[in-house]
Amino acid sequence: MKNNYNFHIGRITPLPRDNVDTDQIIPKQFLKSIKKSGFGPNLFDAWRYEDEGYPGQDLSERLINKDFILNQEKFLGADVLLSKDNFGCGSSREHAVWSLMDFGFKVVIAQSFADIFYNNCFKNGLLPIKLSEEIITKLFDIAEQRKEIEIDLLNQVIVCEGSEFCRFEIDPFRKECILEGLDEIGLSLKFSEDIKNFEIQRSHDAPWVFNKNNEG
Amino acid sequence: MSKTLYDKLWDAHAVIQRNDGTHLLYIDRHLIHEVTSPQAFEGLRLAKRQPWRISANIATPDHNVPTTNREEGLDGIVDEVAKLQVTTLDDNCKEYGITQFDILDKRQGIVHVVGPEQGVTLPGMTIVCGDSHTSTHGALATLAMGIGTSEVEHVLATQCLVVSKLKNMKVSIDGQLSNGVSAKDVTLAVIEKIGTAGGTGYAIEYCGEVIRNMSIEGRMTVCNMAIEAGARAGLVAFDKKTLEYVQNRPYSPKGRDLQHAISQWHELRSDEDAIFEEIIHIDGTSLKPKVSWGTSPEMVIDIDGIIPEASSESLSHALKYMDLKPGMKLSDIKLDQIFIGSCTNSRIEDLRIAAQVVKGKKVSDTIKRAIVVPGSGLVSAAAVKEGLDQVFVEAGFEWRAPGCSMCLAMNPDQLGEGEHCASTSNRNFEGRQGYGGRTHLVSPATAAAAAISGHFVDVRGLIK
Repeated sequence: MKNNYNFHIGRITPLPRDNVDTDQIIPKQFLKSIKKSGFGPNLFDAWRYEDEGYPGQDLSERLINKDFILNQEKFLGADVLLSKDNFGCGSSREHAVWSLMDFGFKVVIAQSFADIFYNNCFKNGLLPIKLSEEIITKLFDIAEQRKEIEIDLLNQVIVCEGSEFCRFEIDPFRKECILEGLDEIGLSLKFSEDIKNFEIQRSHDAPWVFNKNNEG
Repeated sequence: MSKTLYDKLWDAHAVIQRNDGTHLLYIDRHLIHEVTSPQAFEGLRLAKRQPWRISANIATPDHNVPTTNREEGLDGIVDEVAKLQVTTLDDNCKEYGITQFDILDKRQGIVHVVGPEQGVTLPGMTIVCGDSHTSTHGALATLAMGIGTSEVEHVLATQCLVVSKLKNMKVSIDGQLSNGVSAKDVTLAVIEKIGTAGGTGYAIEYCGEVIRNMSIEGRMTVCNMAIEAGARAGLVAFDKKTLEYVQNRPYSPKGRDLQHAISQWHELRSDEDAIFEEIIHIDGTSLKPKVSWGTSPEMVIDIDGIIPEASSESLSHALKYMDLKPGMKLSDIKLDQIFIGSCTNSRIEDLRIAAQVVKGKKVSDTIKRAIVVPGSGLVSAAAVKEGLDQVFVEAGFEWRAPGCSMCLAMNPDQLGEGEHCASTSNRNFEGRQGYGGRTHLVSPATAAAAAISGHFVDVRGLIK
């Protein structure tokens, strides 16, 4: 699911709300799947449709909420999601990231993100970008005008109409993970010796932690 | 240098710092449930990796399990998709030799109730689980955090989590709570004050006279909702109450191991002059019972408060969803269902408080359904022994089998469209308890009193 990109050109889908929680991004009835794919059709299910969704249903029969942003023709194909404060709050469900990506979103821009959602993005190659309220406000205008933006991750810059629109901050390792599609577990296992040595010391300092089966 | 409790827990578990500044943090315990683990086990298999330390893991199904017909075990799960998820957990635990309290085990329950109850959660540990309410365990002076599924896989494979250090926030609740005001009201008051993003990037240590006087179960309720204030971890210092709670549990240390542990556990408190980046004070004496009116846990008012004006887009959206008008009183809201349960409020103390309010009274005719869902099989058994189940049943409540139930309504326990529910759970998000359902977060006492009255009432005075 990694992206292996450093450059993305796309249009913006505006979702001008604070506190968009992961229950809204992907409602609980779809969390029963044991896979990572197939969540896209139910992204924002309760906002996107006017009837109640359930797993495995025939989507062609559903009542579309024409007012919702993902259903508006002018935003079709836009793959950069733009929102406001505290995006991705609530449940830790990584299904929220899987559903955004399965739908086709490559980037989420918001004023701020909840911690667990923000982490989950990087594990899957969805790029979350934090920007100031002032810049977010300008981006909502750009979204309305349906202008394309270019997101250059390598140089950490967003370009619009050929000129630099803004720069963004990102942790260097996380940036590398997205650029290179790195296997984080593989990287951590390079420290196996350190982990083993730590574990030996800890089992000496706090043996009860390792005697879980001391029942009775 | 003086340290906070969080600093101490961090220092005791930081394995190495990587070049990019992040750390590998060693994880003592990993709790597993059926919803966020299948893709992690699948990832292990695809990469041909093995779990690092099998005995660090413990599992129980909770999100999907039905709260009726439980004697039928897996056959009692009507929804085939849900059943597959629960059997997948069974299969994964069997394949890797992970201890599981399965659907028929008397110790099964909500993972955050089961961990402390079994002594799997112990002071000074790092604990993770693929569930945001893992913050609950911080009440026992542990560093406990919710993680995503990729991190579940990472912890299984490496016994470590890749993390950056959080900042320290102290929330001090001083004074004395009134009768009828409880841990739930305290934690809602904190969220009301700092907002749902106020704790983002922080570990919150709860302290002050109110926390010192609070039971461990109450402290779990407070820490449980740290995540609703944006904080990945909530913490309370170790004290005599912590020790009384953790000793003599099935998995807690005994004999010399226990003495050794206690000598270290006494250090699990912030130093006098430790530095917190943020300090919040709340006057416990003036706290009133709290009720959430909207669709975010920060949309909270006092029991005698009024529904606020639509002063922002978020507020007006919430008012519309909840079908409320500014200026309304809470007692004007017509309630349809009552839910007493969830990892926030399903422990024996919660059930005792609710039973005290309910005893000898009847659920109002206007309430369509009132259910009590104990947090675990052992909580249920303890309640039955005390006769609490009979108190509830005689009043008109349904007494159910343990699980997450209507907190997130993945099982058949759900609100109907447009229904209002007084709920002891933790999230009032749109549709959380059922499609189109309207959740009001309250304490067990307030939920119980609302069941009897048919609407919200002030429980101060009703509780000894």
